[in-house]
Amino acid sequence: MVAVVRFPGTLDHDSAARAIHAAGGTAIAAWHQDTELPAGTTAVVIPGGFSYGDHLRPGAIASRSPIMDAVRRHADAGGLVLGICNGFQVLCEAGLLPGVLRTNATTSFVCRQMTLEVIDHDTPFTRGLTDTLSIPIKNHDGAWFGDPATARIVLGYGPDNPLGSVASAAGVANHAGNVLGLMPHPEEAVDPLLGSVDGLGLFAALVRA
Amino acid sequence: MTTTPLHRQLGLTDDEFVRIPELIGRAPSDAELVMFSLMWSEHCSYKHSRRLLRRFPTTAPQVLQGPGENAGAVDVGDGWAVALKIESHNHPSAVEPFEGAATGVGGIVRDILALGARPIALLDSLRFGTLESARSRHLFTRAVAGIGHYGNCIGVPTVGGEVAFDDRYEDSCLVNAMCVGLVRSDGMLKSAAFGDGNLLVLIGNRTGKDGIGGASVLASAELSEDDADKRPSVQVGDPFTERKLMDCCLELAGADLFLALQDFGAAGLTSAASEMAAKGGVGLDIDLNQIPLREAGMTPAEILVSESQERMLGLVAPSQLDAVIAVCTRWELDANVIGVVTSTGNFTARHNGEIVVDIPALALTDDAPAYDVPQIPADAPSPLNLDDIAAPDDLADAWRALLARPNVASKRWIYEQYDHLVGANTIRRPGGDAAVVRIPGMQRALALTTDCAERHCEIDPRGGGRATVFEAARNIACTGARPYAASDCLNFANPEKGNTGWRLAEVIEGLSEALESIGVPIVSGNVSLYNESPARAIYPTPVVGMVGLLEDARTSVGHGFVADGDVVILLGGGRARFDASEWVGDAIGAPERPDLDDEARLIAATLRITATGRVHSAHDVSDGGIAIALTESALAGNVGCHVQLAEDRRNDEVLFGESGGRILVTCAPDALDAIREAAADAPCAIIGTVGGDTVSVEIGSEIISLDLTDARAVYELTLPKAIA
Repeated sequence: MVAVVRFPGTLDHDSAARAIHAAGGTAIAAWHQDTELPAGTTAVVIPGGFSYGDHLRPGAIASRSPIMDAVRRHADAGGLVLGICNGFQVLCEAGLLPGVLRTNATTSFVCRQMTLEVIDHDTPFTRGLTDTLSIPIKNHDGAWFGDPATARIVLGYGPDNPLGSVASAAGVANHAGNVLGLMPHPEEAVDPLLGSVDGLGLFAALVRA
Repeated sequence: MTTTPLHRQLGLTDDEFVRIPELIGRAPSDAELVMFSLMWSEHCSYKHSRRLLRRFPTTAPQVLQGPGENAGAVDVGDGWAVALKIESHNHPSAVEPFEGAATGVGGIVRDILALGARPIALLDSLRFGTLESARSRHLFTRAVAGIGHYGNCIGVPTVGGEVAFDDRYEDSCLVNAMCVGLVRSDGMLKSAAFGDGNLLVLIGNRTGKDGIGGASVLASAELSEDDADKRPSVQVGDPFTERKLMDCCLELAGADLFLALQDFGAAGLTSAASEMAAKGGVGLDIDLNQIPLREAGMTPAEILVSESQERMLGLVAPSQLDAVIAVCTRWELDANVIGVVTSTGNFTARHNGEIVVDIPALALTDDAPAYDVPQIPADAPSPLNLDDIAAPDDLADAWRALLARPNVASKRWIYEQYDHLVGANTIRRPGGDAAVVRIPGMQRALALTTDCAERHCEIDPRGGGRATVFEAARNIACTGARPYAASDCLNFANPEKGNTGWRLAEVIEGLSEALESIGVPIVSGNVSLYNESPARAIYPTPVVGMVGLLEDARTSVGHGFVADGDVVILLGGGRARFDASEWVGDAIGAPERPDLDDEARLIAATLRITATGRVHSAHDVSDGGIAIALTESALAGNVGCHVQLAEDRRNDEVLFGESGGRILVTCAPDALDAIREAAADAPCAIIGTVGGDTVSVEIGSEIISLDLTDARAVYELTLPKAIA
């Protein structure tokens, strides 16, 4: 079962659960005040939103909530963790992923369909994915800032780098590859009715775990 | 030294002031006087428009909740209802655009929430002065930022809307927000209080001094040059709390823990509680000391009328109080019992053990004054003389120039700042005729639009009212959805002056006639008057928010051309004219009054045509005429077209003239017979073919062409440049 973590202000938990279902899996809710992941959890997704209203810094408060200790233990044991948008910000703030997410170069929220490049096919998430993915971005603080020499950049925006990420990074993994954060929203790309199913592969990876 | 009496400072007339003792049998306390001034303000009581609003068609088989509640609702099948409402936040946005627009979104979301409905989509209809004005650029960019900030953070997609710029809005910008929500038909909440001893529970934010007197001071009078005094009247939004409030109230509603629910809007607790009491025919006894305050030293009157945001008032049975508090605690929200239902019929408020307010709730609501507004018709318009309008030297240059007007150019700069996807239900994104949003968990989808033909309304308000409804309906029908329900936001100047009262009545008549002709009810709405300054009055701007129902979400039609070789068809018999058009950019001439039968026939034909399943694109011909409509479809599909148009007027008017009742449809050549058959009695002309990388129009011996790459650059860069 894939645990979907929910903080106050999380917005994409239902969409993430639907995406897990579309990938053939079962979603189970994990509440921010819980100290353990739900029994039977095999993988974790931290969906997007504005946890704690982005107060202080996006993801800063959520990264210190009780459930994150359980997520850290799961990750340390090699379990898969996918952080989407605010989930990516939370994972960076929690130190599970390198770098930080800064305010977009546009200084504005940007909602746009993007073509992502899969740079690293050698993670549990990206194995077998096509070289490009059509997935939308929608964020205000999505410019990844970190050291591209040491970080494992898995997904990129290519030459069109609208948010101003270092190395045009759209998604970054830990060195083991079992924790992935990305600013684009794969849960918005799992249904042909909405124009793309390119996000399905990332959820399929969680379901396989 | 003379001082203005308190009642006049509060916006009450002398006649209104005299009525209060007659109603309550004694002189009002100061707190009571403040409450009357707000509840009897235009914003809360609609005293200058109430009698006219009765004209609207409000009944139809699909209506589950008509006007009178926090929002209206219609049946969308399988036991589900869709709630909808549009509301203005004009005056606060003119004073502080970011917070004004943001709290406009927050307010309309809570109106939907008050029905127990989950908000699933937002739209915004905006009007500002021209972008040459630094003030208007500021208002526009900050209002967009405020809408984005609030809407994005609460996780409700902003899927559509419209914006126009005209000097007439320089002093009075318009910010109208519409929200649509989903609720089980049998779980829909009302706001009427009932049952002696049931408890009023205030959930959400603490109460502060923000928004004191907003309804009377800001929203019910003309703005003067010295608006700085009014700044404290603007509310400040907290979208994070709003999201928690949504999650919390929906959980409580889902568990059947609310007996009634009401949001805090204009006039704060005064309005929320008096309406709950008046609707239920009961009294309420409220202890102001139980209301958590943000700042010390607030007077009873301030607590009673504060417009602090993100607050809801629930009616809860005593036996279920603990369960309610537990859910609120889980969502980290304050929840306090602030009062109890009584059988007295009175709105009673206590402070420090003393009764500070004790008046019949009905006196505040149903006894509010109602006035007739002067009905002075404007002069009959005369048609434009084409000789007075210079013909452009080069039609292609003119075309590009029209495409480069902010009113015509792409609105991508706006909607990319809005999360129009959250929830994973947005099938047709902003930029087309209407947005299409899947109803979560259902095969059906909703088409959503807001529209207004304000220049037409200025010249011929009856015709403009009709044109507004039909444009919305055509936008809905182009997606394949059936126009199903509407909400209206009537933005007008001072109705007591000049022809405005007459225009208000005529617009309502025009809207009503058109709505009746296509069987669409008004289920909710809002009126915003006094949108004028000493220098300028706005155009009559009756924004209609319309919801369409699409039986199968997979069948929605977009506005972009699809394939080389497709046939371009012009549906409808509208005659292109410059009167009131974007080309002339002014409310001049005498635009043709839309014919009710012709327009209804066109909409029915469009629905039959889209139902064939063989339509590749459909696009309403509106601002900028057929040249712009063709360009928009070509840009959206990234493929050009070649069409031939009759040389029945001067070529610039053929290209850029406007009229109601025209829709561009494309289909594969082998679908033509099916489309023609479906069009039946509606005019249906083949005008050209899709293909190539130019949009070219042949009129007589002249061919006018626009390169798609050039057109895209002009179309996409205009707005970013204009505000840079």
